[in-house]
Amino acid sequence: MPTDSQKMPNHSPPLEFKSGSFSVPVLILFTDDLKTIGQQLQEKVDLAPEFFKNSPLIFDVQELNKQGLDIDVSALVDVIRQSGLLPIGIRGGNVPQNKVAVELLIPVYSTHSISTTSSDTQKQKTIAPEPVVETTVTTTLITRPIRSGQRIYASGDLVVLAQVSAGAEIMAEGNIHVYSTLRGRALAGVQGNTDARIFCSDLQAELISIAGNYKVSEDMSGIVSKKPIQVYLQDHTLIIKDIV
Amino acid sequence: MTRIIVVTSGKGGVGKTTTSAAIAMGFAKKGHKTAVIDFDVGLRNLDLIMGCERRVVYDIVNVIYGEATLNQALIRDKHCEQLYILPASQTRDKDALSQEGVGQILEELAAKDFKYIVCDSPAGIEKGAHLAMYFADDAFVVTNPEVASVRDSDRMLGILSSKSRRAEQNLEPIKEYLLLTRYAPERVKIGEMLSVADVQDILSLHLLGVIPESKSVLTASNSGMPVILDEKSDAGQAYADIVARYLGEDKPHRFIEEKKGLFGKFFGSK
Repeated sequence: MPTDSQKMPNHSPPLEFKSGSFSVPVLILFTDDLKTIGQQLQEKVDLAPEFFKNSPLIFDVQELNKQGLDIDVSALVDVIRQSGLLPIGIRGGNVPQNKVAVELLIPVYSTHSISTTSSDTQKQKTIAPEPVVETTVTTTLITRPIRSGQRIYASGDLVVLAQVSAGAEIMAEGNIHVYSTLRGRALAGVQGNTDARIFCSDLQAELISIAGNYKVSEDMSGIVSKKPIQVYLQDHTLIIKDIV
Repeated sequence: MTRIIVVTSGKGGVGKTTTSAAIAMGFAKKGHKTAVIDFDVGLRNLDLIMGCERRVVYDIVNVIYGEATLNQALIRDKHCEQLYILPASQTRDKDALSQEGVGQILEELAAKDFKYIVCDSPAGIEKGAHLAMYFADDAFVVTNPEVASVRDSDRMLGILSSKSRRAEQNLEPIKEYLLLTRYAPERVKIGEMLSVADVQDILSLHLLGVIPESKSVLTASNSGMPVILDEKSDAGQAYADIVARYLGEDKPHRFIEEKKGLFGKFFGSK
């Protein structure tokens, strides 16, 4: 991937639609008690304030409607916003609820999207244009060990020349290279780039993820450590392979 | 030039105060004017280990609040006149400390020609620990050979490299040294303890020294004599080695291998 920040050529069109997939937290509600919801949300947010700050959120009221509880959508939106989250969608709402949501400029999502079968995605895939690789990528270089409790976010590729300790978290929108032992969490392609890969010279990670598809260390117990490996995504499955 | 050294660990009970007392005494005995500061406000212990608890009048909080001068609060050690102790307050909590206050005390000590200032950090990563390490030039990371302690030390190293004055002002980073304490080679051998190599593999840090698990540490603490003064004890010798190594002497590491009996000496392989 090119690392220099080239300007787009002059003859390019002023805009372009691209398909992108993002992982967004979905809040599934089991009570219509707004006070309880507010408290519980705040507790969750307090656990990881950095993570939740201004995080987008889709709320799911399907369970409530099944139980015949009609929640006040506009009040719910207020409660969610108060806890620092940004509601960007409603799911499983009834017609009046969806109407309120649209009035609040909140898009309506269908509940079917949760149970998309693989054939559905296949169909969608053939229709959707191939995502074009971004041309402006910057690489972040880290030369000191990344210690437990530290978080690194790179908007392009991330290259780490020292170890990543257990309890540390490294994230990159592009690829991740660790030229030492990787013991913490590594998340590549965090904005949905399924072509991103993770490379490291010794994999002992707590968690590895590419575009939201992850494996925890328990799933990786068969991996031989102290060997250079790469991780990539193939048909929604993480493949861990030696670098030959 | 004054060097500010923080003795830190994250986890409690690993030997920070013992180490602070020992190395401060070590520097002083080598003729360097040294101050050792207890940052564990509310749980002060350094004065006990240094055997000066009956001479405490003023403490660090009094100095910060202007209730006493630094000269009034500093206690001169009775074993070595190059060594001064600034005790913590037992009746206050960590919120009584402030960054400006601590900064001012350290500046004043530097102006008084102190060569080494040893900051004995409290456990945890909260305010007291933060202030103890904030102004540091060097960090002695005290770790026990077990996973929880190693993990906490790693966390502390992360804080040292991101939240200290040197990190915030983009200066040369704090120099970090590993001190492995309460090490028992015979327990390493049977797999009950992490080995030096294991710990270094996880922390990838320069090893300044290994202090063996030793009865002399407890005896020394109880009698209010820093263990380094017990020159016959293995722990005392280990601390003396550490001080020497820090000051640039080349000393081989000791106390990593199991002690061998007479039989082992003759027939053991290395």
